[in-house]
Amino acid sequence: MAETKVVRRPSRAGLSIVVATLLSAVFSLLLLERPARAADQPGAECLACHGDKTTTTTRAGKTVSLYVDGKKFATSVHASFGCTGCHADLEGKDFPHEKPARVNCGTCHATEQEQHNRSLHGKAIARGDTLAPRCVNCHGNHDIVPVKDARSAVAPLKVPFVCGQCHREGTTVSRNRPIPQDNILENYSESIHGEALLKKGLSVAPNCATCHTAHLILPHTDPASSINRRNIAATCTKCHSQIEVVHRKTIRGELWEKQANVLPACPDCHQPHKIRNVFYAQGMADADCMRCHADEKLRRARDGQSMYVNLSEVNHSRHSEEPGRLRNVACSQCHSEVNASHVRPCETITHKVDCTACHDEIGKLYAASIHGQLNGKNDPNAPTCKECHGTHGILGKLDPQSRTFATHVPELCARCHREGQKAAVRYTGLQHEIIGNYTESIHGTLLKNGLTVTATCTSCHTAHQILPRTDPASSVNANNVPTTCGKCHHGIEQQFENSIHSKRVSGFSKPLPVCNDCHTAHAIHRTDENSFRLNVMATCGRCHEQIAKTYFETYHGKVSRLGYTKAAKCYDCHGAHDILAVADPRSHLSRANVAATCGKCHAGATRRFAGYLTHATHHDPRKYPFLFYTFWGMTTLLLVTFVVGGLHTLLWLPRAFQMRRELRAAEAEAVAALEAAASKESPDA
Amino acid sequence: MPKGEVAERQFVRFSRLQRILHICMIVSFITLALTGLTLKFSYTKWAALLSHLLGGFENAGYIHRSAAVVMFGVFITHLADLYKLKKREHSSWFAMIFGPGSMVPDRRDLAELVATLKWFVGQGKRPAYGRWTYWEKFDYFAVFWGIAVIGSTGLTLWFPVFFTRFIPGSFLNVATIIHSDEALLATGFIFTVHFFNTHLRPEKFPMDITVFTGRMALEELKRDKPREYEALVASGKLEEKMEEAYPAIVTRTIRAFAWVALAVGFSIVLWIVYAVLFAYR
Repeated sequence: MAETKVVRRPSRAGLSIVVATLLSAVFSLLLLERPARAADQPGAECLACHGDKTTTTTRAGKTVSLYVDGKKFATSVHASFGCTGCHADLEGKDFPHEKPARVNCGTCHATEQEQHNRSLHGKAIARGDTLAPRCVNCHGNHDIVPVKDARSAVAPLKVPFVCGQCHREGTTVSRNRPIPQDNILENYSESIHGEALLKKGLSVAPNCATCHTAHLILPHTDPASSINRRNIAATCTKCHSQIEVVHRKTIRGELWEKQANVLPACPDCHQPHKIRNVFYAQGMADADCMRCHADEKLRRARDGQSMYVNLSEVNHSRHSEEPGRLRNVACSQCHSEVNASHVRPCETITHKVDCTACHDEIGKLYAASIHGQLNGKNDPNAPTCKECHGTHGILGKLDPQSRTFATHVPELCARCHREGQKAAVRYTGLQHEIIGNYTESIHGTLLKNGLTVTATCTSCHTAHQILPRTDPASSVNANNVPTTCGKCHHGIEQQFENSIHSKRVSGFSKPLPVCNDCHTAHAIHRTDENSFRLNVMATCGRCHEQIAKTYFETYHGKVSRLGYTKAAKCYDCHGAHDILAVADPRSHLSRANVAATCGKCHAGATRRFAGYLTHATHHDPRKYPFLFYTFWGMTTLLLVTFVVGGLHTLLWLPRAFQMRRELRAAEAEAVAALEAAASKESPDA
Repeated sequence: MPKGEVAERQFVRFSRLQRILHICMIVSFITLALTGLTLKFSYTKWAALLSHLLGGFENAGYIHRSAAVVMFGVFITHLADLYKLKKREHSSWFAMIFGPGSMVPDRRDLAELVATLKWFVGQGKRPAYGRWTYWEKFDYFAVFWGIAVIGSTGLTLWFPVFFTRFIPGSFLNVATIIHSDEALLATGFIFTVHFFNTHLRPEKFPMDITVFTGRMALEELKRDKPREYEALVASGKLEEKMEEAYPAIVTRTIRAFAWVALAVGFSIVLWIVYAVLFAYR
């Protein structure tokens, strides 16, 4: 449309324009060999004035150049739209026109415009902040080329400088506006990102807009900001996808996006703008924390709790440097949510330290455990990580100084589980004197002697997966006890799993005994101790009532009851962990094996010797007629003898007393006669 | 006994060997009873206590078997003594067994038993007993029976591996019942009926120590065994059988020993009664 006007004008307007047009056309033809383009020169009409570098105007008393570089405009992305494509208000206006209205890029770039309006830049403009950048401040005006064109003002390589126009030291913006970071451009250019982009020319290296976005630039405090704590991980992982793999293997990557508050955010370690490809000590220097927390008198205003941090304790902890490992965990990595731009960086902390940020797997186990469940219900008795592991001075479980070192574990658990303490008080199960019993048990005795591989509380109950016995997932649930004990007593577990007491072998649906039913849970003693040997019949007898009772009617049982430990006890014949039905050929009491089993005590025992009835009773005429009739035969003999003998004696008694009286009388008579004789003789003498 | 006074001469009823054997038998019998009954009545507190006092069950077992060896020794020595007696005084075993003074019951014993029962119920006079009364003969053979029954089963239980080469293993269970019930019979009978018959009869109360001293007053012989007395007088052999009585110190010692044996015996009887009637399970 503009071109048609240009063509028509010579007939109506002045000769000079026609001449100028022709001249330029001829010039183009002759020198540039591009006559067609010369004729289509966009905005040629406007450039008639604005193509002259001397074209100026005066605004607010200042001389302003109105020059437009026609060549650049011709190569710009907007060339095809001509001048009035943007300066729409000048359409059809006569020369010289008034100052055109501000170009509204949003007419075409609606999305970008809308984003910019919402951004801090856009809001500043709305506030009337004259320093706030508009489209042209970054993109330029007549020479806008595609971003991918190296000449673009916002080409990746140039972005830092575009932003740096304002965001560098000494600018009006940096001096007059509250920007949290300082030396932004300088820091960026020294960072790994800046180095890649600016020095190595790696155009895909992130520039300002990569993190801050191009148009929707928001302060980091805004939840919608690409650099807000909640979003920063998503922003960084646009390039650094699967960065959690590079980090500690235990870190729960998805938490970075889902629950950013529990994890240190990327900038907590990798300071914004200063990012290097080496591990940073911290985003927030520990020294910054220690400025206040080194004070022993530091108290929390709310409740007077000491906020003193013993740095040397931290420095000797698991989270300090260890030879050969990079484990230098900074304050802010646990105490996340700090904000380095605050005078008190910790004032932004809203959550307690969450160890699961790094100790992810353990955290899941803990959360499912009874301790974790109680903690989830905000039970004040529920132990959290620090109750067992401590805080700043935390040590690995293999460190003899650690609270979780094997020899310290029972005492650690005892703080709550000792009789009368808070865990023992709320416990309703059958186990009592847990700590005392454990201490005197074989496990406890060995631990006291310093054997660290013996079983402690955590060996059976696990450290973090602690669940009540009734929970099917519990390590001490009846179904899991053999496996739990088998962690150490592997050989015995194998035997047990092949015994009649194993559900797999017996196929019983009713409860079968597991390790602790015979050995107890906490008071486990050596099986060669007298107390165990003498009590095992009662133990087996809890289920095998009748067979244990009849055992006590035979020799082995009777002498056992008198405390004789060498006599055969249940397991001496039946086997302990490898117990099988007598009918099973592999049983210790099978036809093939029974003589050898008896022979353990009775050297030379034969199959016939093994015919001794070890569980016989003389009260069962059907099962043991021999014994029944022998017993009653003997009893009859006894009764008859005693009755006859007793009657004989009783009948005798009256006569015996009579004889006694007669004897006494005769004696008295004899004495009297003797005395009489004596008195007769004495006068003669 | 005042000095210068001539010691009383008493009738000798038991030889020195017989008296020694009786004492050995008392000691071994009481020992066997105590150690054995702890096992039989192992469910009583008494048994546990006694077993403990004896140094544990294992010790009690050794003591029991040692005492059994003594008992066997007594038995064998007595048999040897009988053999010597036969050689010394009798022409043949038949003569010894059926002659006068034999322990073997005969028709006269049956008659005396009947007469005695009549006397008990006031239907006659006390029979004129000979050297051995029928109840003494019963006691004597009860020991034979006991040794045979308890001894054989005891040996079986002592050497079960050896004996089960000949008998089934379950016979050990039978042997256990026989051994322990027969032992119960023996102890029960000895500590009640035998104690009464021979030692505690009212006319002899508190005890007759003839079996320990071997001697009895001639008056007593005349009264208790009139037939023997008369036979001795008739044969003129009475004086041969008279010897000086033991000094008082000996009889006092013997009485002390006898009291202990009696006390232990009665305690055992009380324990048996308690275990059988009140604590039986």
